[in-house]
Amino acid sequence: MSTDMFSQSFDTTEGKVYNVSGGDWETVQGGTPGETSRMVINMGPQHPSTHGVLRLILEVEGETIIQARCGIGYLHTGIEKNMEYRNWVQGTTYVTRMDYLTPIFNETAYCLAVEKLLGITDQIPERATTIRVMMMELNRVSSHLVALATGGMELGALTAMTNGFRDRELILDIFEMVSGLRMNMAYVRPGGVAQDLPPGAEQKIRDTVQLLRKRLKDNKSILVDNPIWLLRTKGIGELDLTGCMALGITGPVLRSTGLPWDLRKTQPYCGYENYEFDVVTENTADTYGRFLIRVEEMNQSLNIVEQALDRLKPGPVMVEDKKIAWPSQLALGGDGLGNSLEHIRNIMGTSMEALIHHFKLVTEGFQVPAGQAYAAVESPRGELGAFVISDGGTKPYRVHFRDPSFNNLQAVSAMGEGGQVADLVAAVASLDPVMGGVDR
Amino acid sequence: MSDEKDLVAQEADLTIKSVRTGAFGPSDGADTSGFGGLVNVVTSRPAAVRPFGGWFDQVADALAKALEAKGKSFEQVVSKVVIAQNEITFMVKREHLLSFAQALRDDAALRFEMCLGVMGAHWPNEKDQELHAIYPFLSVTHNRRVFAEVTAPDSDPHIPSLTGIYPANNWHEREVYDFFGIIFDNHPALTRIEMPDDWAGHPQRKDYPLGGIPVEYKGVTIAPPDERRSYHG
Amino acid sequence: MGLEEKLPSGVLLTSVEKLAGYARKSSMWPATFGLACCAIEMMASGAGRYDLARFGMEVFRASPRQADLMIVAGRVSQKMAPVLRQIYDQMAEPKWVLAMGVCASSGGMFNNYAIVQGVDHVVPVDMYLPGCPPRPEMLIDAILKIHDQAMNKKLGAHAKKEIIQKEEVALKTLPLIESTGLLR
Repeated sequence: MSTDMFSQSFDTTEGKVYNVSGGDWETVQGGTPGETSRMVINMGPQHPSTHGVLRLILEVEGETIIQARCGIGYLHTGIEKNMEYRNWVQGTTYVTRMDYLTPIFNETAYCLAVEKLLGITDQIPERATTIRVMMMELNRVSSHLVALATGGMELGALTAMTNGFRDRELILDIFEMVSGLRMNMAYVRPGGVAQDLPPGAEQKIRDTVQLLRKRLKDNKSILVDNPIWLLRTKGIGELDLTGCMALGITGPVLRSTGLPWDLRKTQPYCGYENYEFDVVTENTADTYGRFLIRVEEMNQSLNIVEQALDRLKPGPVMVEDKKIAWPSQLALGGDGLGNSLEHIRNIMGTSMEALIHHFKLVTEGFQVPAGQAYAAVESPRGELGAFVISDGGTKPYRVHFRDPSFNNLQAVSAMGEGGQVADLVAAVASLDPVMGGVDR
Repeated sequence: MSDEKDLVAQEADLTIKSVRTGAFGPSDGADTSGFGGLVNVVTSRPAAVRPFGGWFDQVADALAKALEAKGKSFEQVVSKVVIAQNEITFMVKREHLLSFAQALRDDAALRFEMCLGVMGAHWPNEKDQELHAIYPFLSVTHNRRVFAEVTAPDSDPHIPSLTGIYPANNWHEREVYDFFGIIFDNHPALTRIEMPDDWAGHPQRKDYPLGGIPVEYKGVTIAPPDERRSYHG
Repeated sequence: MGLEEKLPSGVLLTSVEKLAGYARKSSMWPATFGLACCAIEMMASGAGRYDLARFGMEVFRASPRQADLMIVAGRVSQKMAPVLRQIYDQMAEPKWVLAMGVCASSGGMFNNYAIVQGVDHVVPVDMYLPGCPPRPEMLIDAILKIHDQAMNKKLGAHAKKEIIQKEEVALKTLPLIESTGLLR
């Protein structure tokens, strides 16, 4: 037997177990021929096909998976605890980095929960709500584009990757124009949004939506009836309705079983009851069905964006209550983006109250009455819920996010066991987990 | 301090959750701001009285009936009902959590098919109720949400696990164990999930430090966020 | 190879350095170490608009044995740090490390128990790139600066001399906390 101290063999109740570390295959093969060899393989946190820092611990016999387990926590950032030491508005910048492909959804869920505690849900100006809806739907499109791009890349369809990212750049241009950043914008704040749409944004968004519609059609035609894609995704990663209900799965995975559960329709928030769109479902409950759902959801989101643009009326974008409203009115000056000169003239020259509010809000922050609230939004991955507990102070007492990817990843075992390793990759890609949200 | 006693005397069923004094967080001892005398007391939320309003009464009645079929009374299982921000929370005693959850899932009038996880909270000043676990339930059939809140003392941090009834809670309970130290009895594999397996301590408890390091700049060191002097309101 | 180790310092060694540097920088293959949000911006720089293929770097090698540049893109948690070190150890010389984003450079906004405050606690870093996340153009700028480093990397006898010089300079510099009054 091998005398290497790193690759030993030892007896267990299941038989002899060999720890293999390379170059010692002969010692392992010394077992009885005809006996199938079970291997425990680590598809480790650094892997091109596991959608981020996900560790898949697979017990395989040949190519068939007997058991699949997920090891997570490789991206745990302690965001929730860190938020307890920052004030409520700074919470937005933390929360935005949890599920980094859908920053607007994280921010909106958090702000809806905080607004519930503040009791100002009805006082959010309509323009702010409409902008939130528009940005959320644009974010949904960009998130689905990344899902399809990385899913395609993991299965070998590299053109899907380049096309998906090319179209995502169009949406990132809009995000940059509206909020200043491409990703992790911290744009939605408790009380409204950080700043209004700049001049020219509406026209740009309309043009982009038109261009995107055409591009999405082209992208769709690469994969939809592609025989290789069908072979790799049809019948793979099946999880029927019972499984989804037992595992608490929401989002495209649940809708692929045929159940039209979408929080935007069933428990509408942010005025979604006034928009016309379809809830996309399939009834095959497999990877191909989820892929089709995502493709069609993007089209529905573009419809919502156009309706939101039509609905935009001039008005404020922050709640009126000056003790809560984020005071900055940003404008582009000679040295970059900063407080507009008008705002500075106002607080320094005209209004003492405005100066006091600005100072207190920026240094201390507003206080949120003690209580507990939960706000859920339909993120591209499922139900994203923000739990917020306040103890009456300027800092959150406890914030917890019920992230859909965290929950949905539990389905990996159900989807993968009994299948082959390559099918597991397709199944995980169809769940579309974002490890930032899983580990927080 | 007299305020606290008054508060407790007025509403006997409210517990003090936390008391904050002063306006600033950590300081090096000398607080000359004059705000040191501020006392902010946070109490638990008051119980809701019947009728609750809306569909809450239906749910409470159906729950009472379902629990009676199991031989338990509503008051035995649920110590308090709290309604705030249009959400209903049942404060469930931990011994009866399993019957409560079974009733929620199986009864036709309730049918809360999905449990959306667990959230933990740590209130170190709430004697004998320091650890809280909050469960959101979702009914797809009836399109409703309810919440259940279970408490456990620090000295005996055990709560029965809901994985037998709602398998979705598997990872969520592991996460709450990892961060708060709540041990979920009869969980199939209660191990750490986010922190490394050999980590010591439960990070999201209030007695666990944030763990930041001071940051050096040219000539100045800025303390980590939990040791800086800042407003806490 | 070892040829460059044996050459005496002089014009021949300099020419070999230039040739080796040019070859190394023209097709430096990055290792996939995308962790969080910065990984998405890294993928975006590899995609169509901000093309990394024009620098010969579009092949993100999953196997660290074939990679030259490890772009640590994202926040490194305590659980991930040993994995990071193992991947770094598995890379073959010459290798470079680019800490992309503030979380990799210094821990970023997450100054807490869970994040390693800068990957230079774990691996030696050649280039720090701040940003949260840095734009693809910023990433390309950092990559080009690494290319400069690779281009001008000294070999053999020159490298030994350079190490001695750098050590002398480092022994004389003040630590950050004591360099008061200096803006640069």
